[in-house]
Amino acid sequence: MNELKTRDAVQSRREFLRSFLRGALLVGLAGLGVRTLLGRRCQAASGSERMKLCKGCPDVAFCSSAVLSAGRKVWQLDPSKCTQCGRCATHCVLQSSAVKCVHRPAQCGYCRLCFGFFQPGATILNSAAENQICPTGAIRRKFVEEPYYEYTIDESLCIGCGRCVKGCSAFGNGSLVLQVRHDRCVNCNECSIARDCPSDAFRQVSATTPYLLKPGAESVAL
Amino acid sequence: MLILYVLMPVLTAFAENRFPQPQFESGYSLPGISVPAPRVASWELLDVLVLGGALSLAAWLILKKRSRRGVFLLTVFSLLYFGFWRKGCVCSIGSIQNVAAWLSGSEAVLPLSVAAFFILPLVFALFFGRVFCAAVCPLGAIQDMMILFPVRLPRPVSLALGMIPVVYLGLAVLLAATGSAFIICRHDPFVPIFRLSGELSILLAGVVLLLVGIFVARPFCRFLCPYGVLLNWASRLSKWHATITPDECVQCRLCERACPFDAIRVPVISPVSEAREIGVRRMQWLLLLLVLLTGLGMGAGFRLEGVLAPLNAKVKLDQILRSNHPAVEKQYAVELEAFRTGGRDPHILRAEADAVRRQFRVGGACLGGLIGFVFGLSILGVSIRRSRETYEPDRGECLSCARCYRFCPKEQKRLKR
Repeated sequence: MNELKTRDAVQSRREFLRSFLRGALLVGLAGLGVRTLLGRRCQAASGSERMKLCKGCPDVAFCSSAVLSAGRKVWQLDPSKCTQCGRCATHCVLQSSAVKCVHRPAQCGYCRLCFGFFQPGATILNSAAENQICPTGAIRRKFVEEPYYEYTIDESLCIGCGRCVKGCSAFGNGSLVLQVRHDRCVNCNECSIARDCPSDAFRQVSATTPYLLKPGAESVAL
Repeated sequence: MLILYVLMPVLTAFAENRFPQPQFESGYSLPGISVPAPRVASWELLDVLVLGGALSLAAWLILKKRSRRGVFLLTVFSLLYFGFWRKGCVCSIGSIQNVAAWLSGSEAVLPLSVAAFFILPLVFALFFGRVFCAAVCPLGAIQDMMILFPVRLPRPVSLALGMIPVVYLGLAVLLAATGSAFIICRHDPFVPIFRLSGELSILLAGVVLLLVGIFVARPFCRFLCPYGVLLNWASRLSKWHATITPDECVQCRLCERACPFDAIRVPVISPVSEAREIGVRRMQWLLLLLVLLTGLGMGAGFRLEGVLAPLNAKVKLDQILRSNHPAVEKQYAVELEAFRTGGRDPHILRAEADAVRRQFRVGGACLGGLIGFVFGLSILGVSIRRSRETYEPDRGECLSCARCYRFCPKEQKRLKR
């Protein structure tokens, strides 16, 4: 009888301890959740969304979507830091890298002798394969008017090696830049290119402004 | 996919503008730049909703419906949705690192969906046991399909192997909190299978784990998964947990070998064969051992800095810069060139690297202490004989897969009703 009693006492003591610990952990987890939510709110309120968010606007749908998307980050590479080491082409988890070359026509000089297009030693300036710097022939060259040529990039061929970017940055206007293309990027938790980028050019930018294309400006909004 | 065309404002001030923008006479206008948008936020909301729904459904199937078939179907769904459709990313296991990095106060962001993936399975484990492992986790799901001829592991072996996840968890948290690496994501063995691309070595590791899993059920879950450690601890406190029998245990022993994960504990009728003082004495020694192991762990962890710190990019770069060895310089030529052209100050880098090293010393001591403490606890757990009257699942190790249900004659009776 006595033994049964002590066993019950032990059982209820264990049960109490368990409930107590469970409650403490739940409070901790809830605290973590609330802190993330609140953090989100502050981040959302810091940008241009501040107006709508914090002046008691009744637009709940906008607020919730802004809060949801404000914390969302995507990987992007900063062209001003990029040294065109060529790892973007090889270190992406995707078979053909999510990083591609992007041409910015507004910065392009439309040069006849384009260092993003021609091999440094090219003697004849035509689009024969041996003259091209692009290993896959992804850059197309089209005559516009004397002496200007238009260059476009066939993204399905581009592997993101950055050779053209190197040429254009070294001798031209730097109108070619590497960028993570968000129709391809799977947004890994830890970007495997970022991990091995020697120039620390990768960072997580807001999903609402996912490209770093404008020189000087933070990022390009969609 | 939404593609928006944005026409760049003409001629923004640009440092490298060596050639002026041409003045076209033929009426040529500048083409725009295509900037494909990333995945929209509502998809992530959907992921969280699916996770919550799957967890609730799993809890209901396991505890209320007691249906192995239901659990299996949900497992297949999770494998398809979280595995092959979402490509194994976002996952609760990896979310540990985001939370650690975020709590350490660095610039790391913690997206809401990732926070939800970290919190929800733990909350469910606190109430219903490891229902996440049972039917929601895609990594568990793919291994669950491979359990064909499960063998029993000797208890000491599984106890010893069970220490690996604790070490892995500690390392992952330390490396994430110092902003060095996300080792869980990097070494996720099944993601290459989900994505059908990835590093060959990791893919091979995944295949080997799956093959081992034919005999040793769910080897990743039991002997590697760091999130499993947290779920194990939470599940020990669970309010309701799966029981083998729906009724009262009749001790028929039929379920004894039902569990492929060796998580069923047999009854222990504790014979009071030793005097109380001996037990108390042993307990004192064990507690002393616990303290000793924790201390030893802390000491060893403190010294781990030399091994672990170079995993941080800043520390590594600082090491390369300091080495002045031609072979090293040749090996890291790309990094060195990038550093030199980047115009960063080596002294600032040195200071930053030293700060990271300090973090590693403190964090390493905590990590070692934790490992020592958990190791001591598991020795303590083995030494205590707790009386048990029925066949019960071990609340920590049970994955709530519901396989054992059908072995119980009482369950068979219930099903016939």
